Amino acid sequence: MDTNVVGKGLPKFDAWPKAKGKIIYADDFSMPGMLYAKVLRSQHPAANILAVDTSQAKALPGVFAVLTAEDVLNNNLRAKFGQSTDVGAQFEGLYRVLAEKKIRFFGEAIALVAATSEKLAEEAIGLIEVTYEPLPGVFDPIEALQPGAYCVGESDNNVISRFKIRKGDVAEAFKTADIVIENTFRVPFSDHAYLEPESGVAWIDENEVITIRASTQVIEHFRTVAEVLGVPHNQVRVIGTWVGGGFGGKEDITVETFLALLTWKTRRPVKLTFTREESLLAHGKRHSFIIKHKLGATKDGLLVAAETELVADAGAYIYLSPWVLLYSTVNAVGPYNIPNVKVDTVAVLTNNPFGSAFRGFGAIQPNFAYESQIDELGRTLGIDPLTIRQKNCLHQGDALATGVTYDRYVALSDAAEKAWQALGPKRSSNSKNVKIGHGLAIGMMSYGRLTFLHDTSRSYVKIELDGSVLVRCGIPDLGAGQAQALCQIVGEELGVPQEKIKIYISDTALTPLAGTSTATRQLYMSGNATLKAAAAVRERLLTKAAMMLNTDKANLKLLNEKIVDVTNQDTSLSLKAVVGQCSTDGDELYSEAQFNAPFTDVPISEQITGQIFADFTFGAYAVAVAVDVETGAVTLERIIACFDIGKAINILNVEGQLEGGGLMSVGYALSENLIVEQGYLKSRSYREYLLPTAADVPDIETILIESGSGIGPYGAKGVGEPSGNAIAPAITNAICDAVGARVTTLPATPERVFFTMFPRS
Amino acid sequence: MNFEKDVAIKVNINGIEIRSTVAAAESLLEFLRKHSETVDVKCGCSQGDCGTCTVVFEGQTVKSCLVLAAQANTKEIWTLKGLEKDPLMQKLQESFVRHGAVQCGFCTPGMLVAARGFLENNPNPDRAGIRDALSGNLCRCTGYQKIVDAVWTVASEKASERV
Repeated sequence: MDTNVVGKGLPKFDAWPKAKGKIIYADDFSMPGMLYAKVLRSQHPAANILAVDTSQAKALPGVFAVLTAEDVLNNNLRAKFGQSTDVGAQFEGLYRVLAEKKIRFFGEAIALVAATSEKLAEEAIGLIEVTYEPLPGVFDPIEALQPGAYCVGESDNNVISRFKIRKGDVAEAFKTADIVIENTFRVPFSDHAYLEPESGVAWIDENEVITIRASTQVIEHFRTVAEVLGVPHNQVRVIGTWVGGGFGGKEDITVETFLALLTWKTRRPVKLTFTREESLLAHGKRHSFIIKHKLGATKDGLLVAAETELVADAGAYIYLSPWVLLYSTVNAVGPYNIPNVKVDTVAVLTNNPFGSAFRGFGAIQPNFAYESQIDELGRTLGIDPLTIRQKNCLHQGDALATGVTYDRYVALSDAAEKAWQALGPKRSSNSKNVKIGHGLAIGMMSYGRLTFLHDTSRSYVKIELDGSVLVRCGIPDLGAGQAQALCQIVGEELGVPQEKIKIYISDTALTPLAGTSTATRQLYMSGNATLKAAAAVRERLLTKAAMMLNTDKANLKLLNEKIVDVTNQDTSLSLKAVVGQCSTDGDELYSEAQFNAPFTDVPISEQITGQIFADFTFGAYAVAVAVDVETGAVTLERIIACFDIGKAINILNVEGQLEGGGLMSVGYALSENLIVEQGYLKSRSYREYLLPTAADVPDIETILIESGSGIGPYGAKGVGEPSGNAIAPAITNAICDAVGARVTTLPATPERVFFTMFPRS
Repeated sequence: MNFEKDVAIKVNINGIEIRSTVAAAESLLEFLRKHSETVDVKCGCSQGDCGTCTVVFEGQTVKSCLVLAAQANTKEIWTLKGLEKDPLMQKLQESFVRHGAVQCGFCTPGMLVAARGFLENNPNPDRAGIRDALSGNLCRCTGYQKIVDAVWTVASEKASERV
């Protein structure tokens, strides 16, 4: 379809204030009489708390509150972690505000302090005496699964969830296979490492409402905060700030409950900002996985069976582990058409940092395994990386392992071909110690939430009397252009220039709730809700204009603040004139619309079948690497991304997601390793946890396919999370191509690559 | 140095002289954020690793978390906000906005200050040179590419102006 505003790479409206340093992020905000909070964290990964003595801390002048678990009215909640739908106990978990009795992880919050300065709060933290009785703990997920293993929580075993997929008969199929490839893969815990640490300020307003201004992806946590404090939901308000990076790490509650408790106790404004070390200690991680993967094929390279077992180390608390594991289950064998499939997944508690949401949400870990496996299959049979994938990947009309037929366009084959061809012929190395390799990988990832969650979003659009436009939508903006996309949709529908549109976002009291900025859902969900609201306003305008012009509404178009008759170019009305007439006639030009995602029933854990997700985004990465065989160091020479994004709403922002998501997974592939030894987090700064810098990477060349086949506005698909999929295995496949050694454990650090080439005897 | 002792300082921030008393151990970053309300200077790590607190200190690009506030006595400091009338900074800002180099924006103030300092001393860089120069400033959103594009465009325009 022809669009005027949608698709354009307009600078987003928040870019200028950000470039001028004018955005007031969470920690930039202060209030008169504000106190500063600090958190006391556990020094042990597993221990009994025998006593907490806060008397000295409380006695320190300038200290206004010292809180422990016993000061929290509802310290243990059976939480849905931001869900509003009841989908059963298997998707719930314990949300414990402050540690009580049994410590589960190193860095777990034990006590809170609010004082007149940060320094004083820190001093008070140092005066709290905790008596620990260290416990053995369990740090290996396989060990944690054994009968008689140390129990991390209060129940008698460590299993959080198990899911299965059964399709055909894998045992029989493997007997008929000409070739079987079997490997075990390991991926580490990883951290979001957003530049803005968790932060917020809370106060009690004149109406006794606990107001929390915080950096969050989920303003809907106000309900959980209210339940912890035992106040009605409408007595807690969350105002989301412009978020300094989220990537899933600000999806769970971070500072909100602590702030609410402290401001409620002291009745003064309170600020809490985590240090970088604390940020690394406190929030959830991308799950570490151990993945056994067995693939059977004919000698022509046609897949006949896949059998895979995934063990997710969920760390110390449940949080979003069941959801993550379900994503892993559906994605376990990837976007391949395989007649016989057996998938077994389990998430298990350990005394490691807890796992939760991180861009890729359970889809990224199995992607590393299945894309390494298909590559190994091609390599063994002498079939090139593109052909082996094109032979087996999902095409339109094929069924996913869960049995559901995918009836829309599937870009996998095209994306793989475009990316692979863009790489061109391999350059020759000019050094005998440097080997060049090319690698390819494809991936699928859902956008929008699990369909049984009955997801909804709401948005409000209004035309003011002067023809300017107001949008209200409770959408948190993480920097990906979430709010900008809505403005472009409204501009498209109402024919109003961008500078005449103002949007208000992310406030539980004043903006219609739009759901979480997670699951690559906002463009799809709130984009559709906003489109619906804007279209309703447009219809009212056109109805009025048709009456005023005495013509058929179908002939009218809204463009550049005018209503134009397409059959008679001389006939037009200014938008303002029509708005004025509406006002005179008492027709209000606003609409609050709700978009509902398709609904399905909750699946059965024993056999995951049917539609679990509304849609997927498909794509491919092709990379060229140079491997130094003397050191194992890998240099990325080229990265090509090709994705079907349905329709670009803002081309700059789409490219930004592919480049940023791609680079984030370069770190996953090569350098980022959250080291946890016996439960102790060793990577506690950017010096230990190594993000790629500008100097470490080449440009990412992006190729966009706009199939229009998405279920978002104008046929768009979501790309935020899918963008990081497939690049890690593309890199390790390229390393294998260069030196003939298959890295099965991430990250592929120089020493790991070296010892894969030259195993220690 | 006695770290318990407070130190009286007189410091010029963005062209305005400020007199204050600071703790001996206080960093310039803490001082800028708390006492002079220059919250355009961000704190991403306070350990010199991320670059979000980059400022101009006596003409040098520095990470303000690695400088003591006491060291700023009698010195001149410019943050992003103070550089808003600087023509090179304005070009960089415009270029960042136009290229989509700003996502969450948290690294942006430090990144802009670092880029300006680099271009001042290296008017004719190649892309690799820009990447090296910005490698002390982390960005988790953009993949750096559009930032490099933005800086490169300004550098190229400057180069063509000189011809």
